[in-house]
Amino acid sequence: MTEQVIEKIESMEKKREKEKHGKETIRSSVVLKIYRANKRAGEQPHYDSVEVPVQRWTTVLDALLHAKQYKDPSIGIRYSCRMASCGSCGMKINGIPRLACYTKVSELEGSTVTVEPLANFPHIRDLVTDFAQFFSHHHDVKPFVQNENADIKDKNKLSEFMQSPEDLDKFLQFSYCIKCGLCYSACPTVATDTKFPGPQALSQAYRYFIDNRDNATKDRINIVDDKHGIWRCHFAGSCSSVCPKGVDPALGIQLLRGHMLGFSKNEKKIADLQDRLRKDEEAKQ
Amino acid sequence: MEADRSNREGLMGWLNPGRYGWERVSYWLQRLTGVGLLAYFIGHVFETSSLTQGPDAWAAMLELTQTPLGHTILLLVIGMSTYHSANGIRLIFAHGGKGLGKPGRPDYPYDAVSLNYRQKSGIWIALILAAVAMLYGASVLFGGE
Ligand code: HEM
Ligand code: SF4
Ligand code: FES
Repeated sequence: MTEQVIEKIESMEKKREKEKHGKETIRSSVVLKIYRANKRAGEQPHYDSVEVPVQRWTTVLDALLHAKQYKDPSIGIRYSCRMASCGSCGMKINGIPRLACYTKVSELEGSTVTVEPLANFPHIRDLVTDFAQFFSHHHDVKPFVQNENADIKDKNKLSEFMQSPEDLDKFLQFSYCIKCGLCYSACPTVATDTKFPGPQALSQAYRYFIDNRDNATKDRINIVDDKHGIWRCHFAGSCSSVCPKGVDPALGIQLLRGHMLGFSKNEKKIADLQDRLRKDEEAKQ
Repeated sequence: MEADRSNREGLMGWLNPGRYGWERVSYWLQRLTGVGLLAYFIGHVFETSSLTQGPDAWAAMLELTQTPLGHTILLLVIGMSTYHSANGIRLIFAHGGKGLGKPGRPDYPYDAVSLNYRQKSGIWIALILAAVAMLYGASVLFGGE
Protein backbone atom coordinates (compact mmCIF):
# COMPACT_ATOMS: atom_id res chain seq x y z
CA MET A 1 0.00 0.00 0.00
CA THR A 2 2.64 2.51 1.10
CA GLU A 3 4.85 1.52 -1.82
CA GLN A 4 2.02 2.09 -4.23
CA VAL A 5 1.40 5.55 -2.82
CA ILE A 6 5.09 6.42 -3.03
CA GLU A 7 5.18 5.18 -6.61
CA LYS A 8 2.16 7.27 -7.49
CA ILE A 9 3.67 10.38 -5.96
CA GLU A 10 6.99 9.78 -7.71
CA SER A 11 5.35 9.36 -11.09
CA MET A 12 3.28 12.48 -10.51
CA GLU A 13 6.37 14.45 -9.57
CA LYS A 14 8.19 13.23 -12.64
CA LYS A 15 5.27 14.25 -14.83
CA ARG A 16 5.17 17.64 -13.17
CA GLU A 17 8.94 18.08 -13.56
CA LYS A 18 8.59 17.32 -17.27
CA GLU A 19 5.80 19.84 -17.65
CA LYS A 20 7.71 22.45 -15.74
CA HIS A 21 11.01 21.75 -17.39
CA GLY A 22 12.02 24.73 -19.42
CA LYS A 23 9.74 26.89 -17.33
CA GLU A 24 12.04 26.50 -14.37
CA THR A 25 14.96 28.88 -14.35
CA ILE A 26 18.00 28.32 -12.18
CA ARG A 27 19.49 31.56 -10.87
CA SER A 28 21.87 32.38 -8.08
CA SER A 29 20.23 35.66 -7.20
CA VAL A 30 17.11 37.63 -7.89
CA VAL A 31 16.05 41.24 -7.46
CA LEU A 32 12.97 41.69 -5.31
CA LYS A 33 11.03 44.78 -6.29
CA ILE A 34 9.06 45.42 -3.14
CA TYR A 35 6.07 47.75 -2.87
CA ARG A 36 6.61 50.06 0.10
CA ALA A 37 4.08 52.49 1.57
CA ASN A 38 2.98 53.61 4.98
CA LYS A 39 0.48 56.32 4.38
CA ARG A 40 -0.29 56.89 8.04
CA ALA A 41 3.37 57.72 8.65
CA GLY A 42 3.44 59.85 5.52
CA GLU A 43 5.49 57.37 3.49
CA GLN A 44 4.34 57.56 -0.12
CA PRO A 45 4.11 54.45 -2.32
CA HIS A 46 7.36 53.48 -4.00
CA TYR A 47 9.31 50.35 -4.85
CA ASP A 48 12.51 49.21 -3.16
CA SER A 49 14.78 46.87 -5.08
CA VAL A 50 16.71 44.36 -3.02
CA GLU A 51 18.98 41.68 -4.44
CA VAL A 52 18.86 38.37 -2.61
CA PRO A 53 20.63 35.04 -3.19
CA VAL A 54 18.30 32.22 -4.19
CA GLN A 55 18.45 28.49 -4.63
CA ARG A 56 16.26 26.16 -6.60
CA TRP A 57 13.88 25.70 -3.72
CA THR A 58 13.80 29.30 -2.48
CA THR A 59 10.25 30.59 -2.18
CA VAL A 60 9.30 34.23 -2.56
CA LEU A 61 8.64 34.27 1.18
CA ASP A 62 12.16 32.88 1.87
CA ALA A 63 13.57 35.60 -0.36
CA LEU A 64 11.55 38.31 1.38
CA LEU A 65 12.59 37.07 4.81
CA HIS A 66 16.22 37.06 3.66
CA ALA A 67 15.80 40.67 2.54
CA LYS A 68 14.17 41.54 5.86
CA GLN A 69 16.83 39.77 7.89
CA TYR A 70 19.96 40.98 6.12
CA LYS A 71 19.08 44.08 4.09
CA ASP A 72 16.10 46.01 5.41
CA PRO A 73 14.34 44.99 8.65
CA SER A 74 11.57 47.53 8.08
CA ILE A 75 9.86 45.56 5.28
CA GLY A 76 6.29 44.82 6.39
CA ILE A 77 5.10 41.26 5.60
CA ARG A 78 2.54 38.98 7.20
CA TYR A 79 3.22 35.25 7.30
CA SER A 80 3.05 32.41 9.73
CA CYS A 81 3.12 28.76 8.68
CA ARG A 82 5.42 28.96 5.61
CA MET A 83 3.62 25.91 4.24
CA ALA A 84 0.45 27.10 2.50
CA SER A 85 -1.73 26.36 5.50
CA CYS A 86 -2.39 29.56 7.39
CA GLY A 87 -3.29 31.80 4.47
CA SER A 88 -1.46 34.88 5.74
CA CYS A 89 1.21 35.43 3.10
CA GLY A 90 -1.00 36.25 0.11
CA MET A 91 0.40 38.99 -2.10
CA LYS A 92 0.59 39.98 -5.72
CA ILE A 93 3.65 38.34 -7.20
CA ASN A 94 4.45 39.58 -10.69
CA GLY A 95 0.91 40.92 -10.89
CA ILE A 96 -0.93 37.74 -9.88
CA PRO A 97 -2.26 36.95 -6.40
CA ARG A 98 -0.27 34.05 -4.93
CA LEU A 99 0.97 32.73 -1.61
CA ALA A 100 4.56 33.86 -1.15
CA CYS A 101 5.38 30.62 0.68
CA TYR A 102 3.94 28.49 -2.11
CA THR A 103 5.65 30.23 -5.02
CA LYS A 104 9.20 29.26 -5.84
CA VAL A 105 11.37 31.98 -7.34
CA SER A 106 12.49 29.42 -9.92
CA GLU A 107 8.92 29.14 -11.26
CA LEU A 108 8.88 32.81 -12.16
CA GLU A 109 10.15 34.38 -15.32
CA GLY A 110 12.72 37.16 -15.40
CA SER A 111 15.37 38.09 -12.88
CA THR A 112 13.12 40.57 -11.05
CA VAL A 113 10.27 39.49 -8.79
CA THR A 114 7.73 42.22 -8.15
CA VAL A 115 5.81 41.87 -4.90
CA GLU A 116 2.82 44.07 -4.11
CA PRO A 117 -0.03 43.98 -1.59
CA LEU A 118 -3.19 42.08 -2.58
CA ALA A 119 -5.60 44.21 -4.58
CA ASN A 120 -9.19 44.63 -3.32
CA PHE A 121 -8.03 44.64 0.31
CA PRO A 122 -7.55 47.94 2.16
CA HIS A 123 -3.87 48.64 2.46
CA ILE A 124 -2.12 48.84 5.83
CA ARG A 125 1.61 48.95 5.20
CA ASP A 126 4.03 47.58 2.60
CA LEU A 127 2.74 44.10 1.74
CA VAL A 128 0.21 43.93 4.56
CA THR A 129 -3.50 44.38 3.89
CA ASP A 130 -6.65 44.51 6.02
CA PHE A 131 -8.84 41.39 5.93
CA ALA A 132 -11.70 42.72 8.10
CA GLN A 133 -14.21 43.12 5.28
CA PHE A 134 -13.23 39.81 3.68
CA PHE A 135 -13.77 37.98 6.98
CA SER A 136 -17.04 39.77 7.55
CA HIS A 137 -18.34 38.48 4.21
CA HIS A 138 -17.29 35.00 5.30
CA HIS A 139 -19.07 35.53 8.61
CA ASP A 140 -22.23 36.70 6.83
CA VAL A 141 -22.80 33.36 5.10
CA LYS A 142 -22.94 31.61 8.52
CA PRO A 143 -20.06 29.23 7.97
CA PHE A 144 -21.10 26.49 10.37
CA VAL A 145 -23.49 23.54 10.30
CA GLN A 146 -26.92 24.68 11.41
CA ASN A 147 -29.37 22.15 12.67
CA GLU A 148 -31.44 23.07 15.67
CA ASN A 149 -32.77 19.49 15.87
CA ALA A 150 -29.41 17.89 16.30
CA ASP A 151 -29.19 16.38 19.71
CA ILE A 152 -25.68 15.23 20.22
CA LYS A 153 -26.61 13.39 23.43
CA ASP A 154 -29.07 11.13 21.67
CA LYS A 155 -27.04 8.36 20.09
CA ASN A 156 -29.88 7.18 17.86
CA LYS A 157 -30.36 10.54 16.29
CA LEU A 158 -26.64 11.00 15.98
CA SER A 159 -26.44 7.92 13.79
CA GLU A 160 -28.69 9.68 11.30
CA PHE A 161 -25.88 12.11 10.61
CA MET A 162 -23.39 9.57 9.48
CA GLN A 163 -22.02 10.63 6.15
CA SER A 164 -21.07 8.35 3.32
CA PRO A 165 -17.84 9.08 1.44
CA GLU A 166 -20.06 10.31 -1.43
CA ASP A 167 -21.80 12.78 0.90
CA LEU A 168 -18.42 13.97 2.10
CA ASP A 169 -17.05 14.42 -1.41
CA LYS A 170 -19.81 16.92 -2.17
CA PHE A 171 -18.32 19.51 0.15
CA LEU A 172 -14.87 18.31 1.16
CA GLN A 173 -12.91 20.32 -1.38
CA PHE A 174 -14.66 23.55 -0.39
CA SER A 175 -13.76 22.96 3.23
CA TYR A 176 -10.06 23.07 2.30
CA CYS A 177 -10.27 26.88 2.07
CA ILE A 178 -7.57 28.60 4.14
CA LYS A 179 -9.09 32.10 3.80
CA CYS A 180 -6.00 33.47 2.11
CA GLY A 181 -8.05 35.92 0.05
CA LEU A 182 -6.28 35.26 -3.25
CA CYS A 183 -9.62 34.58 -4.95
CA TYR A 184 -11.09 37.77 -3.49
CA SER A 185 -8.17 39.70 -4.89
CA ALA A 186 -8.46 38.14 -8.37
CA CYS A 187 -12.24 38.53 -8.74
CA PRO A 188 -13.32 41.23 -11.23
CA THR A 189 -16.66 41.70 -9.46
CA VAL A 190 -15.03 42.25 -6.07
CA ALA A 191 -12.83 44.82 -7.84
CA THR A 192 -15.83 47.12 -8.29
CA ASP A 193 -18.40 46.00 -5.69
CA THR A 194 -17.62 46.08 -1.98
CA LYS A 195 -20.97 44.47 -1.07
CA PHE A 196 -20.41 41.39 -3.23
CA PRO A 197 -19.53 38.52 -0.85
CA GLY A 198 -16.78 37.30 -3.16
CA PRO A 199 -15.72 33.82 -4.25
CA GLN A 200 -14.54 32.70 -0.84
CA ALA A 201 -17.76 33.47 1.03
CA LEU A 202 -20.03 32.23 -1.77
CA SER A 203 -18.21 28.93 -2.08
CA GLN A 204 -18.50 28.53 1.69
CA ALA A 205 -22.23 29.17 1.39
CA TYR A 206 -22.32 26.17 -0.95
CA ARG A 207 -20.06 24.11 1.32
CA TYR A 208 -22.69 24.27 4.09
CA PHE A 209 -25.69 24.28 1.75
CA ILE A 210 -24.71 20.88 0.34
CA ASP A 211 -23.67 19.36 3.67
CA ASN A 212 -26.40 16.84 4.49
CA ARG A 213 -26.18 17.56 8.22
CA ASP A 214 -27.30 21.14 7.67
CA ASN A 215 -30.96 22.12 7.45
CA ALA A 216 -30.70 25.90 7.02
CA THR A 217 -31.16 25.46 3.27
CA LYS A 218 -33.68 28.28 2.79
CA ASP A 219 -31.83 30.69 5.03
CA ARG A 220 -28.60 30.05 3.14
CA ILE A 221 -30.26 30.75 -0.19
CA ASN A 222 -31.84 33.93 1.15
CA ILE A 223 -28.47 35.24 2.25
CA VAL A 224 -26.85 34.92 -1.19
CA ASP A 225 -29.98 35.75 -3.22
CA ASP A 226 -29.35 39.47 -3.03
CA LYS A 227 -28.87 42.38 -5.41
CA HIS A 228 -25.16 42.28 -4.58
CA GLY A 229 -25.14 38.52 -4.06
CA ILE A 230 -24.48 35.39 -6.08
CA TRP A 231 -25.98 36.76 -9.32
CA ARG A 232 -23.04 39.14 -9.66
CA CYS A 233 -20.74 36.23 -10.38
CA HIS A 234 -20.05 36.08 -14.13
CA PHE A 235 -17.86 32.99 -14.02
CA ALA A 236 -14.65 34.71 -15.06
CA GLY A 237 -12.97 31.79 -13.25
CA SER A 238 -10.05 33.85 -11.95
CA CYS A 239 -10.77 32.81 -8.35
CA SER A 240 -10.31 29.15 -9.26
CA SER A 241 -7.22 29.85 -11.29
CA VAL A 242 -5.42 31.49 -8.34
CA CYS A 243 -6.71 29.32 -5.46
CA PRO A 244 -3.70 27.50 -3.96
CA LYS A 245 -5.76 24.75 -2.31
CA GLY A 246 -7.85 23.44 -5.19
CA VAL A 247 -11.04 24.76 -3.61
CA ASP A 248 -12.32 25.83 -7.05
CA PRO A 249 -14.65 28.49 -5.63
CA ALA A 250 -16.14 29.16 -9.09
CA LEU A 251 -17.39 25.57 -9.16
CA GLY A 252 -19.10 25.95 -5.78
CA ILE A 253 -20.75 29.19 -6.84
CA GLN A 254 -22.11 27.76 -10.12
CA LEU A 255 -23.34 24.60 -8.36
CA LEU A 256 -25.16 26.68 -5.76
CA ARG A 257 -26.66 28.84 -8.48
CA GLY A 258 -27.65 25.65 -10.33
CA HIS A 259 -29.72 24.67 -7.29
CA MET A 260 -31.28 28.12 -7.07
CA LEU A 261 -32.14 28.15 -10.79
CA GLY A 262 -33.55 24.63 -10.66
CA PHE A 263 -30.81 23.28 -12.95
CA SER A 264 -29.86 20.72 -10.33
CA LYS A 265 -32.23 18.30 -8.72
CA ASN A 266 -32.84 19.28 -5.18
CA GLU A 267 -31.31 16.29 -3.51
CA LYS A 268 -33.12 15.57 -0.31
CA LYS A 269 -30.86 16.01 2.62
CA ILE A 270 -31.12 13.83 5.68
CA ALA A 271 -31.42 16.97 7.77
CA ASP A 272 -34.32 18.27 5.68
CA LEU A 273 -36.12 14.92 5.71
CA GLN A 274 -35.74 14.70 9.46
CA ASP A 275 -37.20 18.14 9.74
CA ARG A 276 -40.24 17.17 7.74
CA LEU A 277 -40.77 13.97 9.73
CA ARG A 278 -40.62 15.96 12.92
CA LYS A 279 -43.18 18.45 11.66
CA ASP A 280 -45.49 15.66 10.47
CA GLU A 281 -45.31 14.06 13.90
CA GLU A 282 -46.04 17.37 15.60
CA ALA A 283 -49.05 17.88 13.33
CA LYS A 284 -50.40 14.46 14.29
CA GLN A 285 -50.20 15.15 18.00
CA MET B 1 -9.53 59.05 -1.58
CA GLU B 2 -11.90 56.13 -1.05
CA ALA B 3 -10.70 54.04 -3.98
CA ASP B 4 -7.12 54.34 -2.83
CA ARG B 5 -7.90 53.46 0.77
CA SER B 6 -9.74 50.27 -0.11
CA ASN B 7 -7.16 49.37 -2.77
CA ARG B 8 -9.85 48.04 -5.12
CA GLU B 9 -8.67 47.24 -8.59
CA GLY B 10 -11.78 48.91 -9.98
CA LEU B 11 -12.02 49.12 -13.74
CA MET B 12 -8.32 48.41 -14.07
CA GLY B 13 -9.02 44.90 -12.80
CA TRP B 14 -11.63 44.61 -15.50
CA LEU B 15 -9.37 45.90 -18.23
CA ASN B 16 -6.45 43.48 -18.28
CA PRO B 17 -7.95 40.10 -19.10
CA GLY B 18 -4.76 38.32 -20.09
CA ARG B 19 -3.44 37.59 -16.60
CA TYR B 20 -5.89 34.89 -15.59
CA GLY B 21 -6.39 32.70 -18.62
CA TRP B 22 -9.12 32.07 -21.17
CA GLU B 23 -12.08 32.25 -18.82
CA ARG B 24 -11.20 35.81 -17.87
CA VAL B 25 -10.76 36.72 -21.55
CA SER B 26 -14.19 35.21 -22.23
CA TYR B 27 -15.73 37.26 -19.42
CA TRP B 28 -14.17 40.39 -20.80
CA LEU B 29 -15.24 39.73 -24.40
CA GLN B 30 -18.78 38.77 -23.32
CA ARG B 31 -19.14 42.13 -21.61
CA LEU B 32 -17.46 44.10 -24.38
CA THR B 33 -19.57 42.44 -27.09
CA GLY B 34 -22.68 42.78 -24.90
CA VAL B 35 -22.14 46.52 -24.58
CA GLY B 36 -21.26 46.72 -28.30
CA LEU B 37 -24.46 44.89 -29.23
CA LEU B 38 -26.48 47.16 -26.96
CA ALA B 39 -24.99 50.19 -28.75
CA TYR B 40 -25.76 48.56 -32.10
CA PHE B 41 -29.29 47.72 -30.96
CA ILE B 42 -29.98 51.35 -30.02
CA GLY B 43 -28.54 52.50 -33.36
CA HIS B 44 -30.56 49.83 -35.11
CA VAL B 45 -33.85 50.98 -33.54
CA PHE B 46 -32.95 54.55 -34.54
CA GLU B 47 -32.13 53.41 -38.08
CA THR B 48 -35.30 51.39 -38.62
CA SER B 49 -37.48 54.09 -37.02
CA SER B 50 -36.61 56.24 -40.04
CA LEU B 51 -39.15 54.10 -41.91
CA THR B 52 -41.89 56.14 -40.28
CA GLN B 53 -40.54 59.18 -42.14
CA GLY B 54 -41.18 57.56 -45.49
CA PRO B 55 -39.19 55.55 -48.03
CA ASP B 56 -36.75 58.35 -48.84
CA ALA B 57 -35.57 58.76 -45.26
CA TRP B 58 -35.17 54.96 -45.02
CA ALA B 59 -33.15 54.85 -48.24
CA ALA B 60 -30.95 57.68 -47.03
CA MET B 61 -30.35 55.80 -43.81
CA LEU B 62 -29.43 52.62 -45.71
CA GLU B 63 -26.90 54.61 -47.72
CA LEU B 64 -24.98 55.21 -44.50
CA THR B 65 -24.19 51.51 -44.18
CA GLN B 66 -22.98 51.32 -47.79
CA THR B 67 -19.65 53.00 -46.98
CA PRO B 68 -16.41 51.19 -46.02
CA LEU B 69 -16.88 52.42 -42.46
CA GLY B 70 -20.48 51.20 -42.44
CA HIS B 71 -19.35 47.82 -43.73
CA THR B 72 -16.64 47.58 -41.09
CA ILE B 73 -19.15 48.32 -38.35
CA LEU B 74 -21.52 45.67 -39.72
CA LEU B 75 -18.63 43.21 -39.82
CA LEU B 76 -17.89 43.92 -36.17
CA VAL B 77 -21.56 43.42 -35.34
CA ILE B 78 -21.46 40.02 -37.09
CA GLY B 79 -18.41 39.01 -35.06
CA MET B 80 -19.80 40.38 -31.80
CA SER B 81 -23.19 38.74 -32.13
CA THR B 82 -21.72 35.38 -33.12
CA TYR B 83 -19.24 35.34 -30.25
CA HIS B 84 -21.77 36.72 -27.76
CA SER B 85 -24.49 34.19 -28.52
CA ALA B 86 -22.20 31.15 -28.84
CA ASN B 87 -20.31 31.97 -25.65
CA GLY B 88 -23.60 33.09 -24.05
CA ILE B 89 -25.07 29.62 -24.54
CA ARG B 90 -22.00 28.08 -22.89
CA LEU B 91 -22.36 30.54 -20.00
CA ILE B 92 -26.05 29.81 -19.50
CA PHE B 93 -25.21 26.16 -18.84
CA ALA B 94 -22.06 26.94 -16.86
CA HIS B 95 -23.92 29.40 -14.61
CA GLY B 96 -26.22 26.52 -13.69
CA GLY B 97 -23.29 24.28 -12.86
CA LYS B 98 -23.53 22.21 -16.06
CA GLY B 99 -20.39 21.01 -17.82
CA LEU B 100 -18.13 22.00 -14.95
CA GLY B 101 -17.30 18.61 -13.48
CA LYS B 102 -17.82 17.34 -9.98
CA PRO B 103 -16.19 18.33 -6.72
CA GLY B 104 -13.75 15.70 -5.53
CA ARG B 105 -10.58 15.36 -3.52
CA PRO B 106 -8.09 17.96 -4.72
CA ASP B 107 -4.55 16.79 -5.17
CA TYR B 108 -1.34 18.50 -6.15
CA PRO B 109 -1.09 20.55 -8.42
CA TYR B 110 -4.68 21.49 -7.51
CA ASP B 111 -5.96 22.35 -10.96
CA ALA B 112 -9.57 23.52 -10.79
CA VAL B 113 -12.08 21.20 -12.48
CA SER B 114 -14.36 24.08 -13.44
CA LEU B 115 -11.64 25.48 -15.71
CA ASN B 116 -11.68 22.29 -17.77
CA TYR B 117 -11.15 21.76 -21.47
CA ARG B 118 -14.87 21.52 -22.19
CA GLN B 119 -15.19 25.11 -21.03
CA LYS B 120 -12.04 26.29 -22.78
CA SER B 121 -13.13 24.55 -26.00
CA GLY B 122 -16.46 26.36 -25.71
CA ILE B 123 -14.61 29.68 -25.63
CA TRP B 124 -12.37 28.70 -28.55
CA ILE B 125 -15.33 27.48 -30.60
CA ALA B 126 -17.15 30.78 -30.00
CA LEU B 127 -14.03 32.66 -31.15
CA ILE B 128 -13.59 30.46 -34.23
CA LEU B 129 -17.28 30.77 -35.16
CA ALA B 130 -17.02 34.54 -34.84
CA ALA B 131 -13.92 34.58 -37.07
CA VAL B 132 -15.60 32.36 -39.68
CA ALA B 133 -18.76 34.48 -39.63
CA MET B 134 -16.68 37.63 -40.05
CA LEU B 135 -14.73 36.11 -42.93
CA TYR B 136 -17.91 35.12 -44.68
CA GLY B 137 -19.42 38.53 -43.94
CA ALA B 138 -16.32 40.24 -45.34
CA SER B 139 -16.51 38.18 -48.52
CA VAL B 140 -20.14 39.25 -49.00
CA LEU B 141 -19.72 42.88 -47.94
CA PHE B 142 -16.38 43.70 -49.52
CA GLY B 143 -16.04 41.04 -52.22
CA GLY B 144 -17.56 40.88 -55.68
CA GLU B 145 -18.08 44.56 -56.31
C1 HEM C 1 -28.54 34.72 -28.57
C2 HEM C 1 -28.56 35.87 -27.97
C3 HEM C 1 -27.90 36.17 -26.65
C4 HEM C 1 -27.48 35.29 -25.68
C5 HEM C 1 -27.54 33.78 -25.65
C6 HEM C 1 -26.90 36.12 -24.62
C7 HEM C 1 -26.38 35.64 -23.44
C8 HEM C 1 -25.68 36.39 -22.53
C9 HEM C 1 -25.04 35.87 -21.36
C10 HEM C 1 -25.10 34.43 -20.88
C11 HEM C 1 -24.41 36.90 -20.75
C12 HEM C 1 -23.53 36.81 -19.54
C13 HEM C 1 -24.21 37.15 -18.28
C14 HEM C 1 -23.26 37.00 -17.14
O1 HEM C 1 -22.05 36.86 -17.34
O2 HEM C 1 -23.72 36.96 -16.00
C15 HEM C 1 -24.67 38.09 -21.51
C16 HEM C 1 -24.20 39.36 -21.18
C17 HEM C 1 -24.59 40.52 -21.83
N1 HEM C 1 -25.45 40.61 -22.92
FE1 HEM C 1 -26.20 39.03 -23.97
N2 HEM C 1 -27.00 37.46 -24.96
C18 HEM C 1 -27.61 37.53 -26.20
C19 HEM C 1 -27.90 38.67 -26.91
C20 HEM C 1 -27.63 39.97 -26.46
C21 HEM C 1 -28.05 41.17 -27.18
C22 HEM C 1 -28.82 41.22 -28.51
C23 HEM C 1 -27.62 42.22 -26.42
C24 HEM C 1 -27.77 43.73 -26.65
C25 HEM C 1 -28.88 44.29 -26.98
C26 HEM C 1 -26.95 41.70 -25.26
C27 HEM C 1 -26.39 42.44 -24.25
C28 HEM C 1 -25.63 41.95 -23.22
C29 HEM C 1 -24.87 42.76 -22.30
C30 HEM C 1 -24.80 44.29 -22.26
C31 HEM C 1 -24.20 41.86 -21.45
C32 HEM C 1 -23.19 42.25 -20.39
C33 HEM C 1 -23.58 41.93 -18.99
C34 HEM C 1 -22.46 41.26 -18.27
O3 HEM C 1 -21.29 41.46 -18.58
O4 HEM C 1 -22.75 40.50 -17.38
N3 HEM C 1 -26.98 40.33 -25.32
N4 HEM C 1 -25.44 37.76 -22.60
S1 SF4 D 1 -11.12 29.73 -1.87
FE1 SF4 D 1 -8.92 29.33 -2.25
S2 SF4 D 1 -8.10 31.36 -2.85
FE2 SF4 D 1 -10.08 31.73 -1.88
S3 SF4 D 1 -9.60 32.15 0.28
FE3 SF4 D 1 -10.06 29.95 0.12
S4 SF4 D 1 -8.06 28.95 -0.19
FE4 SF4 D 1 -7.77 31.15 -0.61
S1 FES E 1 2.87 31.58 5.45
FE1 FES E 1 1.05 30.42 5.87
S2 FES E 1 0.14 30.31 3.90
FE2 FES E 1 2.06 31.22 3.44
